[in-house]
Amino acid sequence: MPLRDRTVETTTTISETTPPPDTPAIEVSHLVKTYAGVTAVSDISFRVEKGEIIGFLGPNGAGKSTTMRILTGYLPATSGSVSICGVPVASRPDEVKRKIGYMPENNPLPEDMRVSEYLYFRGRLKEVKRRQLGPRIDEVLELCDLKRVRHKIIGKLSKGFRQRVGIAEAILAEPPVIIMDEPTIGLDPHQIQIVRQLIASLRGRMTVIISSHILPEIEMTCDRVLIINQGRVVAQGTPADLRREILGRSIYEIEVQSDPAQLLEAANAVEPTLRLSTETEPDANGFRTIKLTTERDDDLGEELLRALLARNLRVRALSRAHATLEDVFLAATRRSWDVRSEDLRKK
Amino acid sequence: MKHFFTLLSHEIRMLLVSPATYVAATAFLLFMGFMFTGMLESYSKEPQELSPAYVFFQFFWLPVFFMVPLLTMKSLAEERRLGTIETLLTTPITTTEVVLGKYGAAYLLYLTLWGCTGGFFYILQKFSGDIRFLDVGPLIGGYTFVAISGLFFVAIGIFTSSLSRNQAVAGIICFVLLVAVIGGTNYLADSAWLSRESLDPLKDAVGYMQVLSHRDDFTRGVVDTRQLLFYLSGTVLALIFSILGVEAKLLHS
Repeated sequence: MPLRDRTVETTTTISETTPPPDTPAIEVSHLVKTYAGVTAVSDISFRVEKGEIIGFLGPNGAGKSTTMRILTGYLPATSGSVSICGVPVASRPDEVKRKIGYMPENNPLPEDMRVSEYLYFRGRLKEVKRRQLGPRIDEVLELCDLKRVRHKIIGKLSKGFRQRVGIAEAILAEPPVIIMDEPTIGLDPHQIQIVRQLIASLRGRMTVIISSHILPEIEMTCDRVLIINQGRVVAQGTPADLRREILGRSIYEIEVQSDPAQLLEAANAVEPTLRLSTETEPDANGFRTIKLTTERDDDLGEELLRALLARNLRVRALSRAHATLEDVFLAATRRSWDVRSEDLRKK
Repeated sequence: MKHFFTLLSHEIRMLLVSPATYVAATAFLLFMGFMFTGMLESYSKEPQELSPAYVFFQFFWLPVFFMVPLLTMKSLAEERRLGTIETLLTTPITTTEVVLGKYGAAYLLYLTLWGCTGGFFYILQKFSGDIRFLDVGPLIGGYTFVAISGLFFVAIGIFTSSLSRNQAVAGIICFVLLVAVIGGTNYLADSAWLSRESLDPLKDAVGYMQVLSHRDDFTRGVVDTRQLLFYLSGTVLALIFSILGVEAKLLHS
């Protein structure tokens, strides 16, 4: 169910010092941000519970980075409210900044500092006690596998190392909420795995929001996914939920040497809701790849195969395709395009 | 203001490890050295009425025009260009602290560089063996003037650096503003159209703002509180504008 239909109750009566234990880590309601007349974020609402890992997905310019910047208090929102651990960002930004670790898009770092110097400086700015800072720096260097480069100058590090310096910096002060804008961009598969493990190790202790274009990445690390397009939340839920909800059907891919109509007739004998979705031209041996879709969730593979063989159709392959998050993403973003164009037509 | 000293020490450290600082310092001292030797040559040719310290500070504006933009143009413009301003402002520090930290570091470097020129007078006194060359009055007055006017000039530099993400643009705007403040007021005070009677209050105001006449007063040992107020209020104004400059860029980015 798309979230924008659901109203989120805002907890406005929160005691100044200790929020109640069930306060969500992040609560965003009806957030709007316009830049010089262009709406970057329009009416986004969502909430993130403590210890959750949330993935932000969306095409370029969907409003992911803008939303993250508003969450950190770096940009002011045009309207709507955001609170981090029960603290409203707009009225108490200083408190909010103590509760977050933020790694911006493209991970900006000063070029002419050493890694350990940089972490020390950032630790001091984030009010980590001087005595705890040394051991804590050692700890994050270890966690992010940066020990080898601790005395190197940041400007001379490779992209992968720089990215990990950014992550180390974000988790340095052990904030309850960590916001990372595309943390795995430009990393090689091995490094992605390290980062993934790192994020997974934060599960339960810290609330993490990451944005990414890399869908398998999000699918593996995140508990929940928010798909944003054109400044709106178009879908949210666990990857499995989304798959079911957005695609809402199973797909069977059959390589068969027959006429599509004949195949469909055979298939409908098994399950009347099966529909032909795509078919290809026959190849050199006369086989076509045909895709059938159905609303039914349980596996029809065996019955389908039996029915086809009973009619003496030559079947080379039959498989049930698993919808990936990629399909969900494409379907969800396409869906919001449709909504948009319908809106326009109405006007 | 908890983080001011963290930021200040960070900025000073960054200045000290940057080769550009040493290049600029060497160039500055070379230039001042040439000016000083040129001045001494004129003294050796014929007797002069004014003390060397007084003559030396007459040309203080020449290095200011070039040095202040070079020292300050990088500070905020570079942060914005690299995007590190975003990581900086998402920690529990305020824009005011960031601007003051940058300003403090640039001002201290400015003072240090001018302080080095004190060595010229020491060398002169040591080798001439003549105590008259080390005229303490104008010397103290001159350095006080440099320190106080520097507050304002460096603040102008920080302000222009907050306007653009391009260092060169920031540097050029800073240069133009400095020329306007130092040369422009002098030019205005002498211009004919201000000498009409109805414009007398304006002429008075411009008269108070003449940086070059302030310098003459200071080196003569006259410290006027109106002049101090001019520099201090100018500094505060320029710094407030820098803070607004940084924040306005966030609002309209």
